[in-house]
Formats: sequence, C-alpha cells, structure tokens
Amino acid sequence: MTESKEMVRVEKLNKSFGDLHVLYDIDLEVKESDVVVLIGASGSGKSTLLRCLNFLEIKDDGKIIIEGEQVEADTHDLNKVRQNVGMVFQHFNLFPHKTVLGNVIEAPMQVKGISKKEAVKEGKRLLDKVGLGDKYNVYPSRLSGGQKQRVAIARALAMQPDIMLFDEPTSALDPELVGEVLETMKELGNEGMTMVVVTHEMGFAREVGDWVIYMDEGKIIEVGPPDQIFDHPKEERTKAFLDSVF
Amino acid sequence: MVEFFDIFIGSTDVFIEGLWLTLRLSVVSLLIAIVIGLFIAMLKISNIKILEWIADGYIWIVRGTPLIVQIFILYYGLAEVWLIPSFWAAGIGLAFHSGAYIAEIIRGSIQSIAKGQREAARSLGMNRSLTMRRIILPQAFRRAVPALGNQFIIGIKDSSLASFIGLQELFGVSNTMGSNSFNYLPYFFTVAVYYLVIVLILTIGVNMLEKKLAVSD
Repeated sequence: MTESKEMVRVEKLNKSFGDLHVLYDIDLEVKESDVVVLIGASGSGKSTLLRCLNFLEIKDDGKIIIEGEQVEADTHDLNKVRQNVGMVFQHFNLFPHKTVLGNVIEAPMQVKGISKKEAVKEGKRLLDKVGLGDKYNVYPSRLSGGQKQRVAIARALAMQPDIMLFDEPTSALDPELVGEVLETMKELGNEGMTMVVVTHEMGFAREVGDWVIYMDEGKIIEVGPPDQIFDHPKEERTKAFLDSVF
Repeated sequence: MVEFFDIFIGSTDVFIEGLWLTLRLSVVSLLIAIVIGLFIAMLKISNIKILEWIADGYIWIVRGTPLIVQIFILYYGLAEVWLIPSFWAAGIGLAFHSGAYIAEIIRGSIQSIAKGQREAARSLGMNRSLTMRRIILPQAFRRAVPALGNQFIIGIKDSSLASFIGLQELFGVSNTMGSNSFNYLPYFFTVAVYYLVIVLILTIGVNMLEKKLAVSD
C-alpha cells in the first residue's frame, strides 16, 4: 500500500494566552482519510489546538503545515487556507438571519463565486445527506440542537474542504440528540473525510477514530489507535483519565 | 377650539409646503447620518488606535455641543469662506449630529453579536469585509432598528431648529404665521399635530419593520 498523503502536520507548536501557557511543543500528524480524535479534560488545550489548525487562534511558535504547505498567519492568505479546512463548533454558530439553505449556500456563493443555481443544488444535496431535506427554508431558530449541528456540518461541507475540524460538536446537545450528530460524523469518516475531532464521546472515539490523542495540561500525553489507548494505555495519566470518565 | 380648527384647516396649503421641506430635510440628513454613523462605527471597532481616537473626538465634539450651535457655526461660520445654502447648512448640521448618535447605536449592536458568528464566517473562508457585510451587519441592523427608529424621530423633531437660519419648514411656518397674525398659539397647536402625525407614521413603520425582520426568530 502506498504511503497516504499528509494533510496536517504540526511541529513544536506553542501557544499562550497572556501568562497562561496552553500548548507545549505539540507535534501532530494527520494523514489523508484519518479520523483523529483528541480527548482530555476541560482546559487540557485540545480545543485551542484545533482552533490553531484553522488560525482562529494564532500560534506563538512552531510549524503548522497544511497539505504540504507551511502556513504563517502574517504571510499567508488565511481565507484561502480556511476554505480547505472546515470547522464545526460546539455552539453551532449558524447564521440566524439566514434560512437553513441560506446558511449552506452563503460561503460557496460569496467566497467561491459559485452560481446560485449550482450552490442551491449542492446545498440541497448536502442537506439531504445529513437528513434535513425537508428543512431547506426553515430558520435555524426552529431547529433542535441536533438538527442545527447537522446544518452546520452541511454548511462546512459545502465549501468542499479537504479537512474537517470538530470542536466538541455534541457537548451543547441534549443527550438524546447526540446520536444523530455522531452518526452523521461517522458516515463522513467512512467516506474518507480527513477529520480532527475534539470530543468527550469515548464511544465515538473508539468506534470511528483511527488515532486517539490524549492531552493533559497542554501536552500530548499519549497517541495510539483506539484499542491501545482505551484497552492498554501506556501512560499512568491516560489510565487515570479513562478511569475517571468510565 | 373652533378658532383652532378654522386655522388648522385654513392653513393647510402653507403647512403642507413646510411639511414637504421638513421631510426633505429629515430624509436627506438622516441618509447622510446613516453613512456617517456606519463609517464612525467602523472606525471605533477598527482596533486601530488613531482611528478610534478620531471617532471618539468626533463623537465628543458633536455630543458636547448644542445642535443649534453646530447649525449656526456651519451657516454663519462657513459663510465667511463659502456661502452655504441654508438647506444644506441645516441638513449637514443635522446629519453630523444624528451621525454621532447613530454611530454609537451601530457600534453597540455590532458588538452585541456573538463572537461565534464572526468565527463561523471566517472559518468558511469569508474575509473581514464579507463577514461584516453579510453576517454581522444584517444581524446588528435588526437589533439596532428600535434605537434607530428612536433616533430618526429625534432627528425629525430636531429639524425644526432649521427655522433659526430662515428655513420655512414646519416650525418656521407656524412661527411666521403666528407672528403675522399676532396669534401664536393656534399655529403652534397646528404644527404640533403635524409632528405627532409624522412621528406616529414613522413609529408604525418601525414596528412593521421589526415584525418583518422577526421572521427568523
């Protein structure tokens, strides 16, 4: 089998907020079609790491290499980079003044200049795919949390990104709505989307993840396939964390 | 009372002319004020110190001086170098004045939009200006509508100050008619009714707009 393409590479990434050092010397590698799941306690830096990958947070030092190109915030057009890196947020962040379809077609039309006809066609296809084919003309305020998050996933996919980032996509959902979102993400992973997922859903991490990364206090403590991390963790801290969640 | 109705009905033609001038003055000044307000609001949220100072200075001067003083300075002061028609002296004075208040309304409503909206737009590859125009401003505008409506009402009533530089708008008409007849009060009641009706119509309009914009709630 040929070596698969490297989508994201992070080397010695450091990030502080004022005096608070939140990421220490992070190294990370994500290959094409990998699903990488970041787990760890709140405040361990996993969301910050994810946000650094599409430059919503700007690193202090280290390298971030996206699809082979080292990206620096001050020299690169981040808008171009972000077009290939979709992001799904904990609180959905749908545009409340636009309909469901309006949310999905906004960026393809405004950023990529795709015609309305084409954007609508693709938008409807994506909304059908996430199971919201009957909600095109509804405003987000009429949707449940799970539906909102699925719209947010469709909105990100509409830019045809090569990489999708998920920042605790189910943490703001009522328990009974978590499943539908995870199911959508699982399908996406099965289709070969490259994904980096920050989550507290250990079941998802185990079932869908190709790699699981355990972070604590701004450092990567352990990286491995799910069975290794969940069944035979090497590090004491990983064990302690898993004991506390299960 | 009978006298008031006689005067109210008998003076319709002159008051309609005054009304027309009041409306032109208000619409022109408020349109310019919106442009000024948006511009100053952008300076204030630019995160560039010098631009913020310019905006703060502008707001300080406009809010710190009476509108009538501003109009007089524009009309009499500028007349020294460049004769400015009284319509434009009043119109620009009113626009600069409302602009400062509108700037604060717009800035406040922009800053009230959750940070996640900007992040979501940027994460889709939208640049700053697209994010502002397509995502932030439409939402901010919705929130600003009640306060803007209020400011427009104030602007319309403030246009009565234009009479002091000789414009025969509504208040100017009532004042002239009163002094010609040595009988002020019925004319002031008459002009009050005109203002009340304008403000009522505007209020209904703003309420309808609010309802229309609320479809996405």
